[in-house]
Amino acid sequence: MSKMRYSRRAILKGGAAAAAASTLSAPMIWAQEIKDITLRQFGTGVSNLNEVAAKVKEDLGFSLEMTALDSDSVTQRAATQPDSFDIADIEYWICKKVWPTGNLQAMDTSKIKNYDKIVGIFRSGKLTPESEIAQGTAPHSVGFVDGPGATKFASEETGWMTLIPTIYNADTLGIRPDLIGRPINNWSELLNPEFKGKASILDISSIGIMDMAMVCESMGEIQYADKGNMTKEEIDATFAIFTEAKKNGQFRAFWKSFDESVNLMASGEVVIQSMWSPAITAVKSRGIPCVYQPLEEGYRSWGGGIGLSKSLSGMELDAAYEYINWYLDGWVGGFLMRQGYYSAVPETSKNYMSENEWGYWFEGKEASDEITNPFGDVLAKAGETRDGGSFYDRMGAVACWNAVMDENQYMVRKWNEFIAA
Amino acid sequence: MPRSLIAWLQVTPLSLILMGFLVAPIIMIVIVSFWGATEFSIYPAFQFDNYEFLFGSPVTYKVFLATFKYALITWAFTLVIGFTVAYFLAFHIRSQPIQIALFLLCTIPFWTSNIIRMISWIPFLGRNGIANQTLISWGVIDAPLDWLLYSDFSVILAFVHLYTLFMVVPIFNTMMRIDKSLLEAARDGGASGFQTLRHVIIPLTKPGIMIGTIFVVTLVMGDFITVRFMSGSQKANVGRLISNDIALLQYPSAAATAVVLLCTVLIVIAILMRFVNIRKEL
Repeated sequence: MSKMRYSRRAILKGGAAAAAASTLSAPMIWAQEIKDITLRQFGTGVSNLNEVAAKVKEDLGFSLEMTALDSDSVTQRAATQPDSFDIADIEYWICKKVWPTGNLQAMDTSKIKNYDKIVGIFRSGKLTPESEIAQGTAPHSVGFVDGPGATKFASEETGWMTLIPTIYNADTLGIRPDLIGRPINNWSELLNPEFKGKASILDISSIGIMDMAMVCESMGEIQYADKGNMTKEEIDATFAIFTEAKKNGQFRAFWKSFDESVNLMASGEVVIQSMWSPAITAVKSRGIPCVYQPLEEGYRSWGGGIGLSKSLSGMELDAAYEYINWYLDGWVGGFLMRQGYYSAVPETSKNYMSENEWGYWFEGKEASDEITNPFGDVLAKAGETRDGGSFYDRMGAVACWNAVMDENQYMVRKWNEFIAA
Repeated sequence: MPRSLIAWLQVTPLSLILMGFLVAPIIMIVIVSFWGATEFSIYPAFQFDNYEFLFGSPVTYKVFLATFKYALITWAFTLVIGFTVAYFLAFHIRSQPIQIALFLLCTIPFWTSNIIRMISWIPFLGRNGIANQTLISWGVIDAPLDWLLYSDFSVILAFVHLYTLFMVVPIFNTMMRIDKSLLEAARDGGASGFQTLRHVIIPLTKPGIMIGTIFVVTLVMGDFITVRFMSGSQKANVGRLISNDIALLQYPSAAATAVVLLCTVLIVIAILMRFVNIRKEL
């Protein structure tokens, strides 16, 4: 059945390699069977893009079926329905929840061509050798296991990866500089009475609690041992501060979906709020000034990766490895980086970006020409720089990773009370 | 074939449908409400944790109170508006074609989705919305009114807007069945317009009012999306409590809340039924 096992690697090594490599840069020479393969991928909306599926079909020959869900549904599906997917595109904190169920299989890093080029955050945990590891569910801490079948995470690189990192970014507060009219430098400004009735926070507990923690710490009210893993007392204290603020009318609204955050900001209902990077872009593309404000305390960061279902085997498994290698090969990276995200192997993405784009998005340089996203929208004009600066400025200032806590269920109930308060 | 067998056969299709799509799911919800949950799964058990937490939290009582508040205020407004509209249609419009045309006019907004009708209020009521801009340009107010949107006001406004028709239709329906000679008799007997309304029309319209009331009260008490959008997630009712639980994969806890809500609504309806025997009067 599986001729594919011999297809690419074997043939490339053999005499046909020269002929194949000279005509095609992308991995090619597939057995006919590969065309019949369909891999089912599901995940959150950010990286489940139809463009990626179309390009996979073009470059690799097999079909990729994408399903986009919200992160709660993604968690549930990964945990409870392992046969309903082949590839799970999930965030690292979801991995922490889901991995112990044994529904995903570890990946052999020796089969990952660009493994050595993956940024340090996902391997040793350090962006540069001097970096300090941020609080929360840092990707490297749930990125490795001791071997196939292991359900406990390993503390260092082992050669068996849980998720192959695909996309990540550093989040902060979004502001309307025209309506605020003064510099904003701290997370504590979210609860500044100056913005009474004009602030907002997202109504997604696992992320919202982190933003809350950044604010409380910045106010000097609470010192957390680990914002990503709070004690019950810390959770209570955090909600006490925010419930008080809510009762005093600090918040205009809470948002749950991306569009809501865009509308709140664009209509001027809200001038400062937790926000995601593409939402800032969406507000700006309407000609309304909006800044993804870097703050002294640092960023709240998140990262996603793709994991393989345990039921994947044989030719499908080989196809999945091909897909992963292709993913890290640069095209997707460039596609994502031109929307403001980062790719796990930036140096390969560089090949798929213009010098201007690379300078603006990665190096934090002034744009020498208009910056457009892959869909053709103009995001910045010549002379503008990216909010927060270069990759190392932004990812080097991460204070905390999205996380799932030991006291998660308690936190969730408290969150529900906060919304109802 | 014996008559009783025929009767049984006749009732079978509806019974099966109701068993499969109403009774069975409710039984399932009741069963799950006693189960336990971890972060990403639920496991069969027989424990009272979910109910304990529900009744032990002051938030639950506040939220139930808020739900009743929404239901009561919405009911009052929809009743007054609905009754007035139905009265106008039934007794003031003499020609039947115009009556039907105007009645259809009332239903036109219902050709669009609930959510769209609700969301269209948001740009209208917003801080820089049409309402505030108009009021400012007329000089009525100096600064935008913040309470127009994301407040109890906007929630109830949307409810009244969405559900008034559910009051109009049944009231109009019962009013049309009132024998016009009764009104003439009342007038001949010397009753004033108001006395006719109070002693003849309202008593005869009671079944319609009651059906409309049941519609509005159950719709408002079970709603979660209107409260979420119109209050900008700032306010809560029981429906939102349930939807939050579901979003966080706490199905047993959601089921327990649903059971309590179901009982509450049934009690409310039972009380309403004490006032009017709908079956007798229909």
